[in-house]
Amino acid sequence: MAFLDNLINGISLGSIYAVIALGYTLVYGIAKMLNFAHGDVIMVGGYVIFTAMTSMHLNGYLSVLIAILCCTILGIVIEKIAYKPLRQATSLAVLITAIGVSYFLQNMALLIFGEKPVTFTSVVNIPKISLFDGQIVIKSEAVASIIISVLIVIFLSLFINKTKSGRAMLAVSEDKDAARLMGINVNKTISLTFAIGSGLAAVAGALLCSTYPVLSNTTGAMPGIKAFVAAVFGGIGSIPGAMIGGLLIGVIEILGRAYISPQLADAIVFAVLIVVLMVKPTGILGKKVNEKV
Amino acid sequence: MILKRFLKPAARKSFITYAMLIAAFIAVEIMISTGSASNMFKGLLIPFCVYSIAAASLNLTVGVLGELSLGQAGFMCIGAYSSAIFSVVTKDTITSAWVRFPIAILIGGCFAALFGVLIGIPVLRLRGDYLAIVTLAFGEIIKNVFAALYVGYDSSGLHFSLTSQGDLGLAPDGKMLINGALGISGTPKDSTFEIGFIVLMLSLIILYNFVNSRTGRIVMSIRDNRIAAESIGINITKYKLITFGLTAFLGGVAGSLFSHNLASLQASKFDYNLSILVLVFVVLGGIGNIRGSVIAAIVLTYLPEVLRSINNYRMLIYSIVLIVMMIFTSNAKIRGFFAASLSRLKGLVFKKDSAVKEGE
Repeated sequence: MAFLDNLINGISLGSIYAVIALGYTLVYGIAKMLNFAHGDVIMVGGYVIFTAMTSMHLNGYLSVLIAILCCTILGIVIEKIAYKPLRQATSLAVLITAIGVSYFLQNMALLIFGEKPVTFTSVVNIPKISLFDGQIVIKSEAVASIIISVLIVIFLSLFINKTKSGRAMLAVSEDKDAARLMGINVNKTISLTFAIGSGLAAVAGALLCSTYPVLSNTTGAMPGIKAFVAAVFGGIGSIPGAMIGGLLIGVIEILGRAYISPQLADAIVFAVLIVVLMVKPTGILGKKVNEKV
Repeated sequence: MILKRFLKPAARKSFITYAMLIAAFIAVEIMISTGSASNMFKGLLIPFCVYSIAAASLNLTVGVLGELSLGQAGFMCIGAYSSAIFSVVTKDTITSAWVRFPIAILIGGCFAALFGVLIGIPVLRLRGDYLAIVTLAFGEIIKNVFAALYVGYDSSGLHFSLTSQGDLGLAPDGKMLINGALGISGTPKDSTFEIGFIVLMLSLIILYNFVNSRTGRIVMSIRDNRIAAESIGINITKYKLITFGLTAFLGGVAGSLFSHNLASLQASKFDYNLSILVLVFVVLGGIGNIRGSVIAAIVLTYLPEVLRSINNYRMLIYSIVLIVMMIFTSNAKIRGFFAASLSRLKGLVFKKDSAVKEGE
């Protein structure tokens, strides 16, 4: 039964990674940039919820809504100020700028909330599920993470494939200039992508901090990187790929921690990524892009 | 000038760097001997050398080969640990630091280069952001493995374990070398500013000669047009590996200097933030510009220490400087504006026709 417990924990963590990875995959697909600051938006979302719940005594769900709103705005502002001037620049320049934004958010949080990690109160208050006469108990946070991530994947797929703005996102990720010629407002589409990605980061922040209730200014950094690994793993730019990648990374991490070595769990995750990229350089569900000479 | 007449432009560039560093070295030595250098400054001298070597060598991969690597900290980690193990083991047999330390540095560099080539064989097939994330992954793996590694030695040799100290099965006379997450301690403090400076100069000589050699030009041709380079019969993998290996070697050398400067060393110091820090030196110093990397490494190591008085704000300022610098140097419009105003300024100062020439 311990194995099942671990598996469920892994799926729960993996669902959170999947939500973060979706944001990464969207932004990477459209802006072709490694958004290093994405993980830190998660941390900002966590702090917004924390502040709303402790100093303003708001209800948990309302706090999450506020956090989604704040992070969406933050995402748009970051894109406008830091990334938009660099549309034509080399990917390295954009990467360094994203790192700068990441440092900025981390140190801003450090200034406002201090160095000491705060204890986060879970926002989830649905009942937990017990199976087999209570031999397996699925924590309410795990239930929420899994359900929410599945819902997000479904809605996001529908949004991208069925709505006009979603199809505009697809077109921009395929070919920016051709999309512009077809009358798509490229800047608006990119802003929309950042807005959705950052909103998802706020949701991920709520789930992550509810499951692992310690919040500090570097909370988002490592999950952010692992979620990027998950996005690459599943094939960057692919929504189902991000979900699969996230789940696999979460399960591998938890099982590795439980059965191989707690210190080496991260190393195992990264090793699996490298093996996957060796075998299939575009990830599990990634498209192969042929290079023109 | 004599320099101008006798040296090719490339050689002149390297000689200016050497001269600059030697002048800085002499200035620092004078400051130390007259006692005007503060303790904080003296403590930073070896980190200056460490980060300069790490950044200049990373510039080889990023600037000359044109591939993004976020794993420099991993190679520094390998160099730091392997050289520190050597020094701790031979501390009693080789007593002279002048003999022991160069060997330790070489060992650190060679181990890092070995891993660089081993990692490079599979990894260098990937490009761009994928390569960045994989090198970052390798750096994290190396850090995590060293953080979980226990090494001890006794009369029957070295013992390794990845689980706990008890698993080593050391004889009673055995001694712990690496104690898991607690890292390695008891490394002799062999790093001095003089040795660091010599190693830095040697590294720069290697780097400049590599860039200006036939191999260096081949590597640059791969950067500029991989397909064209391949089609004239250049073995891309081989030259990528050479470059990556040399970057790793010098990264290991930097790590060796680093570990022999600290009484105890934990693997957690070599996380991806260190790789990013070194990459920032490279980018702000100018991609492909080795002298720029050295200057950026020194300035950006010194700056946060000077700003200690405004401790809470210094990293915030640092991040803003980073963003603003990148926007100002990479945005075509802003750059065009600066170039135009600069040439106008030149036109005011010098003769008018020189400004016209600039504009063409």
